[in-house]
Amino acid sequence: MSVMLRVDNLTKKFKDFTAVDDLSFTVNEGDVYGFLGQNGAGKSTTIRMLLTLIAPTGGNIFFHEENVANHRNAWLRQTGAVVERPDVYGFLSAYDNLSIFARLAGAKVTRKLLMDQLEMVGLAERAKSKVKTFSQGMKQRLGIAIALVHNPSLVILDEPTNGLDPQGIADMRNLIISLRKDHGKTMIISSHLLYEIEQVATRMLIINKGKKIVEGNVAELLNPADTVVSVSTTDDADAFKLMQQSKWASLVSYEEEILRFRMHKQEIPELVQEVAARGIQIESVVPRHSLEEYFLNITKGKN
Amino acid sequence: MWKLLQIELFKISRRSRTYISFAAIAGIVFIFQFAFHADGKSYMNLMLQSVGDTFDLNKSKAINGYFMCYIILNTLLIQVPILVALIAGDAISGEANMGTLRLLVSKPVSRAQILLSKFMASFIYTVILLLFMALTALLLSMAIFGVGDLLIFRNRGDESLIMQITQDDILWRYVAAFAYAAVALTVIAALAILLSIFAENSIGPIIATTCIVIVCTIVSNISVPIIENNVKPYLFTSYLVGWKGFFYIATTDEGQPIKGSLEDWPAIRNSLFILFGHIAVLLGASLYFFRKKDIMS
Repeated sequence: MSVMLRVDNLTKKFKDFTAVDDLSFTVNEGDVYGFLGQNGAGKSTTIRMLLTLIAPTGGNIFFHEENVANHRNAWLRQTGAVVERPDVYGFLSAYDNLSIFARLAGAKVTRKLLMDQLEMVGLAERAKSKVKTFSQGMKQRLGIAIALVHNPSLVILDEPTNGLDPQGIADMRNLIISLRKDHGKTMIISSHLLYEIEQVATRMLIINKGKKIVEGNVAELLNPADTVVSVSTTDDADAFKLMQQSKWASLVSYEEEILRFRMHKQEIPELVQEVAARGIQIESVVPRHSLEEYFLNITKGKN
Repeated sequence: MWKLLQIELFKISRRSRTYISFAAIAGIVFIFQFAFHADGKSYMNLMLQSVGDTFDLNKSKAINGYFMCYIILNTLLIQVPILVALIAGDAISGEANMGTLRLLVSKPVSRAQILLSKFMASFIYTVILLLFMALTALLLSMAIFGVGDLLIFRNRGDESLIMQITQDDILWRYVAAFAYAAVALTVIAALAILLSIFAENSIGPIIATTCIVIVCTIVSNISVPIIENNVKPYLFTSYLVGWKGFFYIATTDEGQPIKGSLEDWPAIRNSLFILFGHIAVLLGASLYFFRKKDIMS
């Protein structure tokens, strides 16, 4: 796959504070690029620099090997974004908002285009309603419609599941998958919901304190053989002693009154059988999402 | 640019706060018209006393549509800057407050275009506001009170005097006065837009603009030589009421008004030049700061 976006040594300083520190990464065409970091890690600052909302202190951004600083409008025509909250004009209707931003983005605006876009995000029936009457989820969907209305090749979603209910999160996940599969969009998605990123991302970047920690293919970075499974029983201390005498002895730990196994995901059913066979009553088994574990491991000690 | 301007005007037209100004103007004009219709002669007696009551005139004819408009403009044009600031002060800060500024600036239009379209929209709003004033204060007053010669009560130095402009010499003066007022109010709009770049809610720039206008107006009226010579010439508020110059008619040596003349055109021209200078500086500063601004809202 060819490189669509290349970020070289991007830096942003606010007086003495360095929000983004010499950050470099590449996004290939067709990627769903997960952008991970704790709160304040510099994700939103990076996205704002990509969208020319704030000026970098140093570094360059290249889109198809052309410097964005010199081809700003061409770059923004190929980009659709929802940055943090999907804020639009509350005193206007969904249709009017979409029409305004479609025109600004350079789209050839027709009623059909706007209604098709609203239909895609499930807002066609509320096209004429003022946005101030919308729920957060509806605003988020309108934000997505605005990001997509001019048919950009790159879509940037900053915390797209913020404020959404479980159904909204599932809808957003399906929409992201559909945009990649059915519409061939390249996407950059920043989120603190690691599980969500794990579900959709093909490549990812983890940053901490503005610096790159790791970048690569999700499948390569996440190892299913390294899943952490938390088991809760009626007597965890006793269960730990029993499990130390089993084949799982080298994989079990008991810290902070939590019984944990470090193992391959596929082995979980066998573990459950083994624990039950030893007469231990299980209350819950929680496999920790591998990305979350990976993220915590990799950012541990960097803070 | 035209597309951006259309969008800005569309947004202004859809906000209810836009119409507060029109309602305020209509209300004030109506109160003036009602009061003068009911008891205008008392006002005229008061004014004539102030100039020694040496002027021979038909008082009921003196209160006509032209006179009403002049009285209303005298009062209203001092308050209109606040109404202009209400819209212009919201131009950038309102977008920041709503969170739409980041969406707007991340579209393929330059920041200069965004700012200029907002400035143009504020200018058009100002012109429409003045046309509405012209419609209500001039045309409606003409319909209610009829037309006649215009009497201007004026203080020049220590003397109070009355000038009379014949009715066939008035309308062009109003057109010129409204055009001048549009330029003067555009300075306010440019100031409010500049201040709105630094704020993330509309209240700050609107109040700041109003405060600057009030403070500068007070300073403009301090009749102490050190202020009059060194400060007053550089304050835009010294020129806000320059529209009155179009109603100061030149006279012959015998004191007879000269039709179609202006007492001091160079002073009006100089005032306009200074106001345009203010607009250019304020707009230039706005462009400079907005282009460099990090959008953090």
